[in-house]
Amino acid sequence: MAASISFRLNGERVRIRVDEERKLLWVLRTELEQTGAKYGCGRGSCGSCVVLVNDKPIRSCMAEVGSVQGKDVVTIEGLAQGEQLHPLQKAFIEHDALQCGFCTPGMILTAHGLLRLNGNPSREEIKKGMDRNLCRCGAHTRIIDAIESAAAELHNEKSKT
Amino acid sequence: MSAQLQSRREFLKQFGGGIAVFVALGGDLPVLRRAAAQSHSVPTDFNAFLRIAEDGRVTCLTGKIEMGQGPITSLAQMMADELDVAYEMVDMVMGDTDSCPWDQGTWGSLTTRVFGPVLRAAAAEARVVLLELGSEELRVPIARLSAKDGVIFDRGNEQRRVTYGALAKGKRITRHVTAKPELKDVSQFRIMGQPMLRRDSLEKVTGKARYAADIRLAGMLYAKILRPPAHGAKLTKVDTSGARSVAGARVIGEKDLVAVLHELPDAAQEALDRVEAEFDVPPSAVSHENIHEHLVSVAPEGDVRARGGELDKGRRLAGRTLETTFFDSYVAHAPMETHAALARIEGDKCTVWASTQNPFGARDKVARAIGFSARQVRVITPFVGGGFGGKTSNLQAVEAARLAQAVGRPVQVMRTREEEFFYDTFRPAAVVHIRSGIDDSGRITFWDHEVLFAGQRGAEHFYDIPHHRTMARPSGLGAGRSAHPFAVGAWRAPANNTNTFARESQIDAMAAAAGADPIEFRLQHLKDPRMIRVLKAAADRFGWTPAPTPSKRGFGVACGIDAGTYVTAIAEVAVNVRSGEVDVKRVVSAQEMGIVINPQGATIQMEGCVTMGLGYALSEQVRFRGGQILDTNFHRYEIPRFSGLPKIDTVLVEANDIPPQGGGEPAIVVMGGVIANAIHDATGAHLKSMPMTPARVKAAIQEA
Repeated sequence: MAASISFRLNGERVRIRVDEERKLLWVLRTELEQTGAKYGCGRGSCGSCVVLVNDKPIRSCMAEVGSVQGKDVVTIEGLAQGEQLHPLQKAFIEHDALQCGFCTPGMILTAHGLLRLNGNPSREEIKKGMDRNLCRCGAHTRIIDAIESAAAELHNEKSKT
Repeated sequence: MSAQLQSRREFLKQFGGGIAVFVALGGDLPVLRRAAAQSHSVPTDFNAFLRIAEDGRVTCLTGKIEMGQGPITSLAQMMADELDVAYEMVDMVMGDTDSCPWDQGTWGSLTTRVFGPVLRAAAAEARVVLLELGSEELRVPIARLSAKDGVIFDRGNEQRRVTYGALAKGKRITRHVTAKPELKDVSQFRIMGQPMLRRDSLEKVTGKARYAADIRLAGMLYAKILRPPAHGAKLTKVDTSGARSVAGARVIGEKDLVAVLHELPDAAQEALDRVEAEFDVPPSAVSHENIHEHLVSVAPEGDVRARGGELDKGRRLAGRTLETTFFDSYVAHAPMETHAALARIEGDKCTVWASTQNPFGARDKVARAIGFSARQVRVITPFVGGGFGGKTSNLQAVEAARLAQAVGRPVQVMRTREEEFFYDTFRPAAVVHIRSGIDDSGRITFWDHEVLFAGQRGAEHFYDIPHHRTMARPSGLGAGRSAHPFAVGAWRAPANNTNTFARESQIDAMAAAAGADPIEFRLQHLKDPRMIRVLKAAADRFGWTPAPTPSKRGFGVACGIDAGTYVTAIAEVAVNVRSGEVDVKRVVSAQEMGIVINPQGATIQMEGCVTMGLGYALSEQVRFRGGQILDTNFHRYEIPRFSGLPKIDTVLVEANDIPPQGGGEPAIVVMGGVIANAIHDATGAHLKSMPMTPARVKAAIQEA
């Protein structure tokens, strides 16, 4: 049913009239021009479409847009603070933790959720936390390295403040 | 006026001022003759490889595309180094058929080893032009001039200097590369040979990188296309009234193309779901369970690819012979980005943004489909989200263009994951039959390798065996296509994964029969110094200590050659004998690829090859019944995940006396063999079929 849905998208309030049962992925990509969220499988199996909803990584190909009413949605486009990249984004660049880049937004946002729950994960914990995100190019080793190094940087930032 | 000249004029109009260097196809460089021979359409003589603008920035134009494998970085390194400009001054334009030179496609690990020298030649030619201009401007003989970071200066008086930008100002100079230009020697490299991070990361970590399905145009429609339930099925009845009842949906019904279009992609899908269609599905008894019997029964005659000595003599000399049949399954490319294209037709010009490995092939195919000339079609290749050999047939680009023509608005076609699996050109299932023997001293006396349906790449062995023969039936992928119930095609290092798995497994079985250590056994049968060095480098890094196999340690080794590059992998596995599950603990991958342009990029390709290779070795296979594909999404088709990741250690063996060789594919070819041999070393069981699933491993252990 068409409804008026409002939520925060990358820090800005949006209100759209939309069928609330539509999947968040398509609304983000089509009406809201957030093409950083990718379609990979359409059934929550690959993680390419992950976005943050109230800081929690969710698979936007499975979530109805109505479910984000009043919530805070962050896509990869909204992760940096202006020109200031998030430590995860920086670490992915510094470790060359990507090849084709298609899975990268979902990887970074899933890692964001992982680090929120566990600020100092072991490599095994990172593997477990990232296991439902697929990468076909085989960047896995470097993605783990990048998450480890971002965790360390986030930890340092926190201890400074 | 000839089409060529007309095109050149158009190009120059676009290009404005500055200096452009063309490569004249059909010139003295063999690679250009080859390119010209393969080019079926104009232009053959007008495109530029580089231009130097009046601000001194250099644009490198190439028909190659970036799909993750890294030429956006390595080609920029080549250009900057040969031209003596800063790496940061080079901009890359890739895969745009209106501005880039014709290219056959990005595959076969050809970019660095075959295209690289051409690109470098163009840069070297441009440098000559600049030196000539600099000599005039500074009134200093060329012999006294040097170039660095985009500046030409007099070595006798470095105050006398002029920038490339200043030299390009107000000029419209075009030059052809015809003779063989002087390329820099490795000792002169400043940018090539340096490890460089990817240059497209910033866009890719911020979501700014655009892939074909991310392009938005005013008035565009999203198309969803009616697909058959099985390959070979014929549409017998279709009722689109349900789709038409969806507000905003448009239905296009042509005899071979029934599509629903809508301003929203999900609404288009919903409308398509309301189309009622009946198909006539031809009966077929072939499935993933009996495909190998079928292939053996229909295999055509083949070619002898290599032969030496006399097989009969070798057989007589053998004290022990071993005959093994190996099986490989259909494997999917499964790039994370499904095929997508957006087509727009304005007047007599069609522009298509496509995820493709061969934009020029896409252009020609689109042109034929919509009745345009090739020059009226422009294909633009945005970032491509993985290809691995699978993005070459361009059907989605043709569909988008046909639909755009039918509705008069821009149309996007993006495959669902299910369509992606269904229309994939799988790596073919294959059978390899090897007969070999050793004498009492533990030397291999003969080797008879026959490969069915994989193709011949990697079939010819490189061991020192006096009597041998290599047969491929049929000789190439193309000749065997009709034997398969669906499309097959090139998959990262085509044929070589299958052939190397078989050869290296058989070598290990021979080593076991001789009671030898698998590495020592290989070294005893190697004369090629390149392979010997790579094998030793891998063994050193791994910390290999010799022991006859099976040693119960779970150590395996495999060697291979692909795209001119030599590679060895050594792996350590632990096998759960009750469940048959294989835990790959670590993999050392060593390769020698001649001169390395970007060691960082080369290393990453090796890591990617190891990781991706574990998929076809352990878990990946496409199951099917006749033309119906049963595995059409990631919950059933298991690609490698974080949890199965071993520790990966890479070694690049220096070989600066050898020109650059391929890097995107070689390190993957040994992954089947290395895992099979490690499983054998752990358990004594020889795995003869890929993938080596827990059920197969368990069965092989029980048999052993």
